[in-house]
Amino acid sequence: MSEIQLSHARPRIPVAILGSGNIGTDLMVKILRNPAFDLRLLSGIDPASEGLARARELGCRTSTDGVEAILEEKGVQIVFEATSARAHMANAPRYKEAGIFAVDLTPAKVGPSVVPCVNGDSGFDAHNVNLISCAAQATIPIVHGVSRVANVKYAEIVATVSSRSIGPGTRQNIEEFTLTTQKALAELGGAGRGKALVVVNPADPPLMMRNTVYTMVDGDVDEQAVTASVLAMVKAVQKYVPGYRLTVEPFRRGDHFMIGVEVEGAGDFLPAYAGNLDIINAAAVAVAERYAATLN
Amino acid sequence: MAKITFVDVTLRDGNHTYRHQFTPEIVSATAAALDRAGVDIIEVGHGDGLGGSSLHVGRAAAGDEELLRAACRVVHKAKVAILLVPGFGLFRDLDMAADAGVKVARVATHCTEADITEQHLRRAKDLGMFTVGYLISAGMASPEQLAEEARKLESYGADYVNLAESQGHLVPAEVAARMRAVRNAVKIPIGFHPHNNLGLAIGNILAAVEEGATFIDGSLKGFGGGAGNAQTEVAITALKRAGHEVGADIFGIMDAADVFSKQVEPQPMPVIDNDSILMGYANVYGGYIHPVKHAAERYGCDPRQLVLRLGERKVVAAQEDVVIEEAQRLAHAMRKAA
Repeated sequence: MSEIQLSHARPRIPVAILGSGNIGTDLMVKILRNPAFDLRLLSGIDPASEGLARARELGCRTSTDGVEAILEEKGVQIVFEATSARAHMANAPRYKEAGIFAVDLTPAKVGPSVVPCVNGDSGFDAHNVNLISCAAQATIPIVHGVSRVANVKYAEIVATVSSRSIGPGTRQNIEEFTLTTQKALAELGGAGRGKALVVVNPADPPLMMRNTVYTMVDGDVDEQAVTASVLAMVKAVQKYVPGYRLTVEPFRRGDHFMIGVEVEGAGDFLPAYAGNLDIINAAAVAVAERYAATLN
Repeated sequence: MAKITFVDVTLRDGNHTYRHQFTPEIVSATAAALDRAGVDIIEVGHGDGLGGSSLHVGRAAAGDEELLRAACRVVHKAKVAILLVPGFGLFRDLDMAADAGVKVARVATHCTEADITEQHLRRAKDLGMFTVGYLISAGMASPEQLAEEARKLESYGADYVNLAESQGHLVPAEVAARMRAVRNAVKIPIGFHPHNNLGLAIGNILAAVEEGATFIDGSLKGFGGGAGNAQTEVAITALKRAGHEVGADIFGIMDAADVFSKQVEPQPMPVIDNDSILMGYANVYGGYIHPVKHAAERYGCDPRQLVLRLGERKVVAAQEDVVIEEAQRLAHAMRKAA
């Protein structure tokens, strides 16, 4: 992936976040420190939300009018949506009409799916890009790493996330979370067929996000090439997610390779174990940076 | 005395014992025998439920649909059930099951995560199925926590709440306390699924029924994860002996056990080996037995001490790193003491 250097002299792009849950609040912290963006608003619907309280502490404007507040705000060019699939389905046409580019962190999949280090430079013809899921952001780079040097008939991923890191939105969308991840393993990861397993782990102290990736290969496979390609993908992810680590190097077990990665979060809003929130948010920011670069 | 609905899980949980290699032939012969015996509900599928066949937990010999159709074709009175763990099984799996003739959907999750089941419970209800909220590893939560989770399941429309005591850790008084707490929290019926690590599966069933459980799980010859489940033919006989009303008859269920064991010969029935005893004692998930042996050997500590430590740490599945960490700590302490 190519690094995008935004000079401080460039105008900051006005952006807004819809959703003041775990994802939206962590995203706010990341955007506030990013020189490419001017965060105009964090909008939610719950006046008692912890996320909105945190925003006020950090000097970020807030609203409890949800999507309406964002559409009324003049000049917003990018909206990050961290609500639910259903909410985003309803909001997406309104953003489009208002000429706002939508970075969708729900599993609604209105626009094309994006993983920054896999296809992050495409997809800007659309008004809307979808970040798929945290599990997809963590595992598709690995599947892609194998499928670009070997024929992957089938990819299976197991994403283990700590119970405390997933909020009610994800819990009520577990079907979409699993299914969109599964589809993206084939569509973006390059596997013939995909399967995603999601495990919510209640251990205390909480576990760091862990992912196991299995890729079933056929034909002649150069094992060294697989390892080199996967290691290169890990480096590419680390450029925007510093806490992304390979825990099990590719090793062959019969007809498939097994690979392990874990994600330590930057600790922006939730503690470091919530690497699942960190990776989808870091990916959303990376995608928005690329889009912003096309505006400047 | 209670009227019991008996749920036989041989063809689902027993698939763990058989490394998920049940064939449509095994399923149809066994389901037909269970139906003849008068068992009310017959659960069928991969050990980890719909969509469970995977490189991670084990590839099945036959697809979910093949197994379910093999069962649905042969039953006359009994209802066929599936288990679905959200995050593994999907809506399309539920839709397929309903189409195949499955009448009961048991939607399962770790006992503290009931809110993950809402979508799939509602979907199963919409498909006209009898739905069950199923709490796994119920011995890892307090009676109060279980009561709260059970209330959520009721609010999602579950027709009954099932407590699965996956580690075989609880003794009858502890089972009774949990059943009582859940019974007082919800209006829907309650059920119980024991494991036999401490040889208490049958005794725990009797304790659960005393506290109002009316849905009871068991499996033929005790087939099931780890030390196995309550042995269906023993459970039904003991329930009758205690004066409870059970639809299945004793000769019929004994015949079903024979039919099943012939189908899976020479696979022996699960036994309570030393590992199972200790896992049950320490309340540790059975899947850790190999990582424990490996780590104990590698770092030079006592595997039994390691299991006890893991129990104190309250490990749940997928914490293999904690196994290594504790093995290193124990080995270090042993060297220091020497």
